[in-house]
Amino acid sequence: MLKQIEGSHAVAQVVAMCRPNVISAYPITPQTHIVEDLALIVGQGGLHAEFVNVESEFAAASVVLGASAAGARAYSATTSQGLLLMSEVIYCIAGMRLPIVLTIANRAISAPLSIWNDQQDSMALRDAGWIQLHSEDNQEAADLHIQAFRIAEETSLPVMVCMDGFILTHAFEPVDIPDAKEIDAFLPAFTPANIVDPRSPKGIGLYADPRFYLETRYILHRAMERSETTIKKVSADFLKAFGRDSGGFIKTYKIEDADLVIVSMGSVVGTIKQLIDELEEEGKKVGLLQICSYRPFPRHEVYHALKDKLNIVVLEKSVSLGRGGILASDVRWSFPRAEKKGRNFSSFIAGLGGRNISMDDLRYMVEKVEREPVELEFLGLKKELISDKEV
Amino acid sequence: MIEIRIHGRGGQGNVAAAELLSIAAFKDGKFSQAFPSFGAERVGAPVQAFVRIDDKKIRTREDVRHPGYLIVQDENLLETVPILDGLKPDGLIVVNTEKKAEDLQLKTTAVVETIPATEIALEIIGRPIPNAIMIGAFCTITGLISLDAVQEAIMEKFPGRVGENNVAALERACEIMQKR
Repeated sequence: MLKQIEGSHAVAQVVAMCRPNVISAYPITPQTHIVEDLALIVGQGGLHAEFVNVESEFAAASVVLGASAAGARAYSATTSQGLLLMSEVIYCIAGMRLPIVLTIANRAISAPLSIWNDQQDSMALRDAGWIQLHSEDNQEAADLHIQAFRIAEETSLPVMVCMDGFILTHAFEPVDIPDAKEIDAFLPAFTPANIVDPRSPKGIGLYADPRFYLETRYILHRAMERSETTIKKVSADFLKAFGRDSGGFIKTYKIEDADLVIVSMGSVVGTIKQLIDELEEEGKKVGLLQICSYRPFPRHEVYHALKDKLNIVVLEKSVSLGRGGILASDVRWSFPRAEKKGRNFSSFIAGLGGRNISMDDLRYMVEKVEREPVELEFLGLKKELISDKEV
Repeated sequence: MIEIRIHGRGGQGNVAAAELLSIAAFKDGKFSQAFPSFGAERVGAPVQAFVRIDDKKIRTREDVRHPGYLIVQDENLLETVPILDGLKPDGLIVVNTEKKAEDLQLKTTAVVETIPATEIALEIIGRPIPNAIMIGAFCTITGLISLDAVQEAIMEKFPGRVGENNVAALERACEIMQKR
C-alpha cells in the first residue's frame, strides 16, 4: 500500500514483516525512530519477537550475535558513534558468518560532535566482512531490508542496509509498503546453517592459530566476492515479485552518450539525476553511475559501465584522512592499469556533517571537471573558516 | 515544483507542520516530500523544515533554498535568522504575530500575511503550539492543499481530543483569512 510516511517508520514496518525473532538496540542518541517503532510493534503484539533493550550498542551487537548463533533471525539498527562502539562485535559477526541485518542511518563521526548526515560511519567498517547496500530513497531503503534478510541467509554473511540519516530517515515521502503475505512469499523462514546448542555443544569464532587464521580471512573474502551472484539474483527476484528495480550491484542514468559521468551512492544521487536532466536541456551530456552494493565492490560492473568514458568524477560523503576519497580509490582501482592512462579521474568530498549539497554545488563541480581533472576537492569548503597555515 | 520552508523554534511543531502538509498533499493526489533541518536538538532552538509538492516524483534532496512560500512560526526569528534568504520575489510569507503585515516592515516584494497564531492556540488548544493555525492560514491563502486533507492528516496523527482541538484551531485560521 502506498503511504506518505517517514523513512524510519517505513523501514520499521517492513522489518517487522520480515519477522525477526530477536531485535536488540540501544534506544537513545544516536538512534532513529526505527527501533522505537519496532519496540512499539512488538509491545502491541504486532510481531512475535524478543526485543532486548540494552545499555550500549556494544551490547546490542553482542545480543544479536548470540541470538543469531542460536538460530534466530536477528536485527539491529544504529548509526554514527553507535556503529563505532559496535565495531569489535561487527568484525566478530562477520567472522562467525552470522546472517544479521543491521540498518545504518548514516551520520557523521565525532569529534567535533555532529548529529548530521554523512557516510563516514559505515565507511569506517567497510572492511569488516559485511555486505553493504546503499539506498537512494526511502522506497529503496524499505525494499533493501526485505532483500537483505534473504541475501544474508543465503550467503551466511551479515548485511548493512545504509540510508542517509535525516535526509532519508526523517523524510516523509511516498513509500509502497508491501503486504506481509507478499514478503512471506519472497522471504522464506530462516533455516540456520550452523547453530550453537547446549544439547550438542560446539563453539564458533573461537581460536585460530597462525596455521589457520589466514585461510579464514581468504574464505571470508571469497564469500564476499561470491555474494555478487546472490545480491543480483535477489534483486532480480524482487523485481519480479514486487515490480520495483531496487538494489543490485550498480545502476546507471543517462550514461550511454554521456561525456562526463558522476559516480556516487546514497540519497545524493536523486539530486544528481535532477541536475543531469537540467543539464541535458542545456545541451550537456552528463551521466550517473550509482553504486548500490558498496561491499562487495562492483569492480567489473564499474569498469564495463565506464570503459568508454574519459571524464569521471566521484562524489562521496566520506573521507580517508591523509589519503582522500575512498570511493574514488575504489573506482580508479576498477580499471586495469593500462586503461587508466588518458582518462580524467576527479574526486570530490561533499556533505560532511550534514552540509547541504545543493544543485549549485553540483553544477560548479560539473563545470570545473569539464575544464580540468580535480585530484581532490572538498565541495563548498569555506576558506574564510580556515587559517592560511592550514589551507 | 512548489517549495515551502518553515521556520520556528524547537517545540513549536515545525517538523509536524511539514509532515502534515506533505501528508495532506499526498491525500490530494500529489507527490510530496517533507524533511527537517535540525539545529541543536532542543526546545527553543531555531529549526527549519522543508516541504516540496509536485505532480511527479521528487528526486532532489537539497535543502529548500529558493522557496516560493515561507511559514514563520516565531516572529522573533525574523531578527535573528536570515529568513527571507532565497524567498522568491513573487512569493508569500506567513508570519505568526499579532502585528499587521505592514508593521513588520519586511524587506521583500513577496506578499506578507500575518496571523496571531500563538494567541489562537492558547485559546483553543490551551498550549502555545501554533502549527495547525499556520497551516490553516497557509492553505486558505494559497489553496495549494485542500483543507479537508489537512484535517484528515491532523486527525490521523493526533486522534481524539488533541486532533479535534487542532482542527478547531485550523478552522479559526481559515475564517480569519477568508474575511481578509
